[in-house]
Amino acid sequence: MGGWKGIWVFIEQDDGVIEESSLEVLSRARVLAEERGEEVTAVLLGEAVAGEAAKLGRHGAHRVILVEDPILKYYTSDPYSRIMARLIEERRPDSLILSATRNGRDLAGRLAVKFRTGLIAHVVSLDYDDEGLLMGKVPGFGGNIMAVVKCVKGRPQMATVTPGIFDIKEFEGEAVVEKVDSGLDPEQVKTRVVDREIKELIDISKSERVVIAGMGTGGRMELVNQLAELIGADIGVTRPLADMGLAPRDIQVGSTGVILKGSLAIVLGASGAPHFVSGIKDMGTVISINKDPEAPIYEYSDHYFVGDIFEILPLLLKKLREG
Amino acid sequence: MGLRNIIVTMKVVPKIEELEFDPETKTIKRGAAGNEINPADKNALELALRIKDRYGGRVIVVSMGPPFWEPYLKLAIAMGADDAILVSDRALAGSDTLPTTLTLSKAIEKIGDYDIILCGEESSDGGTGQVPSGIAEWLDIPHVTFISDVMDVSDDKKAKVKRTIKGGHEVVEVTLPFLAAVELGCNTPRFPDFRRKRWAEREFQLTVWSAADLGLSPDEVGLKGSATTVVDLEEVKPPTRLKKKYTGSAEELADKLAELLKSIM
Ligand SMILES: Cc1cc2nc3c(=O)[nH]c(=O)nc-3n(C[C@H](O)[C@H](O)[C@H](O)COP(=O)(O)OP(=O)(O)OC[C@H]3O[C@@H](n4cnc5c(N)ncnc54)[C@H](O)[C@@H]3O)c2cc1C
Ligand SMILES: Nc1ncnc2c1ncn2[C@@H]1O[C@H](COP(=O)(O)O)[C@@H](O)[C@H]1O
Repeated sequence: MGGWKGIWVFIEQDDGVIEESSLEVLSRARVLAEERGEEVTAVLLGEAVAGEAAKLGRHGAHRVILVEDPILKYYTSDPYSRIMARLIEERRPDSLILSATRNGRDLAGRLAVKFRTGLIAHVVSLDYDDEGLLMGKVPGFGGNIMAVVKCVKGRPQMATVTPGIFDIKEFEGEAVVEKVDSGLDPEQVKTRVVDREIKELIDISKSERVVIAGMGTGGRMELVNQLAELIGADIGVTRPLADMGLAPRDIQVGSTGVILKGSLAIVLGASGAPHFVSGIKDMGTVISINKDPEAPIYEYSDHYFVGDIFEILPLLLKKLREG
Repeated sequence: MGLRNIIVTMKVVPKIEELEFDPETKTIKRGAAGNEINPADKNALELALRIKDRYGGRVIVVSMGPPFWEPYLKLAIAMGADDAILVSDRALAGSDTLPTTLTLSKAIEKIGDYDIILCGEESSDGGTGQVPSGIAEWLDIPHVTFISDVMDVSDDKKAKVKRTIKGGHEVVEVTLPFLAAVELGCNTPRFPDFRRKRWAEREFQLTVWSAADLGLSPDEVGLKGSATTVVDLEEVKPPTRLKKKYTGSAEELADKLAELLKSIM
């Protein structure tokens, strides 16, 4: 019986476009593999993605397992989890690491049970201990508390990594690409995408300046938009605005949305709930406007303006325009 | 078409705004905090009730947790669920995702006769949304996560569900029976009916199952059955902020803010 060896990274793609955070995971895996004298294998499933497979060596892969099939054009759980399970059974990696995107989490939960193995979900750090056990830090309770978690049972050891935690790195050398048959019978597939509607994605995770609208704006975005435009900022929202469909989920800030990393956040009419503030804790400067003199967001602000946004913003816009 | 059982998994969570962390003992003081039904599970229950209205079926809520969750299960009954089951056993304490999903899948098998299982997308107290797909794997049925609606269930045992993805949403076709994880905030959960609430509190009999009732041995569940272990807990200190407070007329505040913006940009 082959032992369980090497680190695998699941490389997510959508219609041929590689998910960037998969490359972040791949880069981190390469560093860990070098410390342990092991190899990193990138596993890429898609429709026609051989061109992308060839590039994965640059971001840390020693080898690439490539599976191409029209059914794999978009992620769905059934075909993806079946192929991954078969590959893992046959080749026995010691660890399998995924990005904690929607799809990565969807797949990881299923595979972990399939192999009765430990899964450390949504980590913000990733290491091995002296015994070779995978170890990660997991934020809990809206980000207030960090649990250090280890996999103690089962192989492959698994983790999903919060996007944006590790940098994408460049490495020398090319990866060996191996093509493997999907072995799928299209008749047997139980989940498939039959329609989709996507707009061009706004990624605010790396925006320098962000104006964030909370419920205090009542979802009326004109003033917010004008301020953002004047100071060259992007726009974010708190969760309820996205829930109500007033803004796309992709610009929701917080523990179940985007964790911001820039230099300036202007928070307009948000109370500062724990799930929200974990999204702005890494911002350089936080300025808030809130009509409640004691809203919890005060504790998380450098500059806190007590007042009504609908009174202050028009005057502010005028002043900024006058220069 | 008439659907068979629609099962909703439900958990009770502390209100995180009210939690305190004791850095000395490294424990979370749950005592001080109030509890609530996990918000995403309320959305799952609401969706289940809407599916029932359209396609029939019985909505059954299942939880794995301590006895003090009973009133919350009764609240789910008051909202419109037909039945509720609590799996409660000391042996289950300390379970991570592996034994939790095993236990819930055994309970679901025991309920039986299901077409749709709905979970919340994640629990608000530090869950990571790994339970739903894990349950589906134990049951060997397909699953879809982050759904906001079940749009259509057809006679040939297929459903179309709306799933949130990067940049928008997609429609996934999935064969019955299936499990879906429901997105937090995708609908507005109904308020409990007053009379039904009174009935639930006084007369409804909650079914309680132990680990043994589900044929689970103590080695399979709890800490022993878990595949991960928490080796340390750390408090995350929020970054120190200047916390300068400005009050005054709107005019004065706008002036100060304009100055401030000019100075830092
Ligand atoms: C599992 C889970 C995950 C969650 N994840 C997230 C997340 O990722 N991101 C997120 O944002 N939330 C998240 N939430 C929701 C979060 O708990 C809060 O409900 C939410 O952040 C509140 O949004 P808000 O501050 O905009 O609204 P509110 O709490 O309603 O606050 C509105 C604020 O606006 C102020 N205000 C009102 N009118 C004015 C005015 N005219 N001028 C100035 N100020 C005004 C009020 O004083 C108040 O402070 C999550 C919740 C759960 C359960
Ligand atoms: N102990 C439990 N009892 C019932 N349902 C649960 C339990 N734990 C998790 N779930 C379900 O799984 C979903 C996701 O939880 P989690 O994976 O812990 O984030 C929750 O929204 C619940 O629907």
